[in-house]
Amino acid sequence: MSARSLDLKIYAFLIAVGIIGPLLVPSITSQMAVMWLMVLMAVTWDMTGGQMGYNSLGNITFFGLGMYASAVVQIGLVYDVMEYTASFGAIKVDFTVSQYWTGLVLGIGAGGAVATVFALVVGPFMLGLRGPYFAIGTLGLAVAVAELISGWRYVGGGSGISMPIFPGEAGTGSIVFYVMFFVLAIVCHMVIRAVYRTRFGLAINAIRDDEDKAEAMGIHTTRYKVMAWAISAFFMGMAGAIFGNMSGFIEPLEVAFPTATFGIFMVAMALLGGKGTLWGPVLGAILFHIVKEVTWTELLGWQWVALGAIIILNIVYFQQGILGWAQDRWPALFGVTVDEKMSRTGQAEAAE
Amino acid sequence: MSGNLIEVRGVSKSYGGVVANKDVSIDVAEGGITGLIGPNGSGKTTLFNSIVGYHPIDEGSIKFRGKEISKLRVPEIARLGLLRTFQQTRIYSKMDCMKNMLISVSHRDEGLGSMFGSMRDRETEEFAEELLEFVGLYQKRFLVAGELSFGQQKLLEFAMALMNRPQVLLLDEPTAGINPTLINGLIDRLKRANEQFGITLFVIEHNMRVIMNLADRISCLAHGELLATGTPDEIQNDPRVVDAYLGAH
Repeated sequence: MSARSLDLKIYAFLIAVGIIGPLLVPSITSQMAVMWLMVLMAVTWDMTGGQMGYNSLGNITFFGLGMYASAVVQIGLVYDVMEYTASFGAIKVDFTVSQYWTGLVLGIGAGGAVATVFALVVGPFMLGLRGPYFAIGTLGLAVAVAELISGWRYVGGGSGISMPIFPGEAGTGSIVFYVMFFVLAIVCHMVIRAVYRTRFGLAINAIRDDEDKAEAMGIHTTRYKVMAWAISAFFMGMAGAIFGNMSGFIEPLEVAFPTATFGIFMVAMALLGGKGTLWGPVLGAILFHIVKEVTWTELLGWQWVALGAIIILNIVYFQQGILGWAQDRWPALFGVTVDEKMSRTGQAEAAE
Repeated sequence: MSGNLIEVRGVSKSYGGVVANKDVSIDVAEGGITGLIGPNGSGKTTLFNSIVGYHPIDEGSIKFRGKEISKLRVPEIARLGLLRTFQQTRIYSKMDCMKNMLISVSHRDEGLGSMFGSMRDRETEEFAEELLEFVGLYQKRFLVAGELSFGQQKLLEFAMALMNRPQVLLLDEPTAGINPTLINGLIDRLKRANEQFGITLFVIEHNMRVIMNLADRISCLAHGELLATGTPDEIQNDPRVVDAYLGAH
């Protein structure tokens, strides 16, 4: 299939960019790490928002929970978490190199696991809401979880937690976290592409198009919906864990549960690239991030205006997004065709 | 014919003060085609909704193969092999016809593992293509379903129902909105589905020519109550039915 070879070419291109970019311009390594994080956010958001029609405004919850889960695991491995957080950063724990790495790997795993379990527990309730109620409900969930964490002294409450410091020379840390985001983003997209090609992909598309019909046809709708959200949560949880370590310091409102920035960006990026398409969220995330970084450095003071303008143009004039528009414009490229053969037997004759 | 596939006994359903169904009893014989007629607002679709579990019923019992189903939910009933099509046609409008068909397979014996199972085995695809050819949509199989005409969407919905290999199919006005020349083809296909695939049909229909040709037993509802049940001839000549619905000729 040509679609398959095109996909492989895009992967090759992205991997090349991901390797060559930081080698060529080492100063942008951190910005590129965040770019891969943006790709992760847009792609995982699109699984429920684009492919399943459940527009979540609260996927940032998984990001923050993953971040806090990793922090607790990483610190808890060598020190008492309560004592550590109660000192507000006054205690400096010296992690050995092997302790650090063990903690980091286990922490990222725990981040993914905690976020997934959370999605599996709240999913059946939240995903019973439809349309705008789901959007508002998930937003409320994100705000509520952030508030609960802010009030929980064990994890430092609103004062946050200082993460273990990366051992080794200055600069290597940013390369390590870059590689983690880069690999996670590519692997996440490959996993999602693979599951879209199974029964799962068709089922969540069916739920998007007409959930009542899907139920009337006997599809296990709740099972598919919760599974889709849990897959998103798994990758968001791991991304949160990596981001917490990259930041070095985490706190609930700005770093772990930034509903008004990352929480909205993930929706805007998927819409910009074309929601419900395989590559739209990737394209949207990269473009959005480039505009964000360029305005940050070149047009300081105007960056929010620029991002707002993109969102407004997108919503008012360009709702289907870039790839959605391309799909409407050139349907044949996306496999929407009228078959010349009138019947199956006609096809068999042509094949002979 | 071997007994009744669906047995509806004394079913009542009201919405607030409006009594939509009152003490309705209908049998759907296995292997046959049962018709359901009645004026607008007489409770036909309400009865369908009750049978497929769309809402709880107030009183009575609904049995499918002798098993009480009035407490089951919509997808559970669908997985038993009791399927319905909608009056307002419902298809997955942004997916192409082939995908509409592939996801419509029966979900009867589906475990957690099969969520990520392949949908593209040759046998399933061939069956989907056969059915699309059966309803005359083979050429359009890679078109987005929402872009088909209304009549074609109805045909697609019918093909999707067959893809599920149901035991009984509840059709809510299959010919509504279809142009008269296509109707004959549709009647023919309904009959073939019944004979070739062995699917019991239970059909709501306003087109008298269609239902009299199609059904072997017909029930008539009026004001939510069962007025009469009989063969097409008996129904056509029943004075109560003529009075309430058919009108004097």
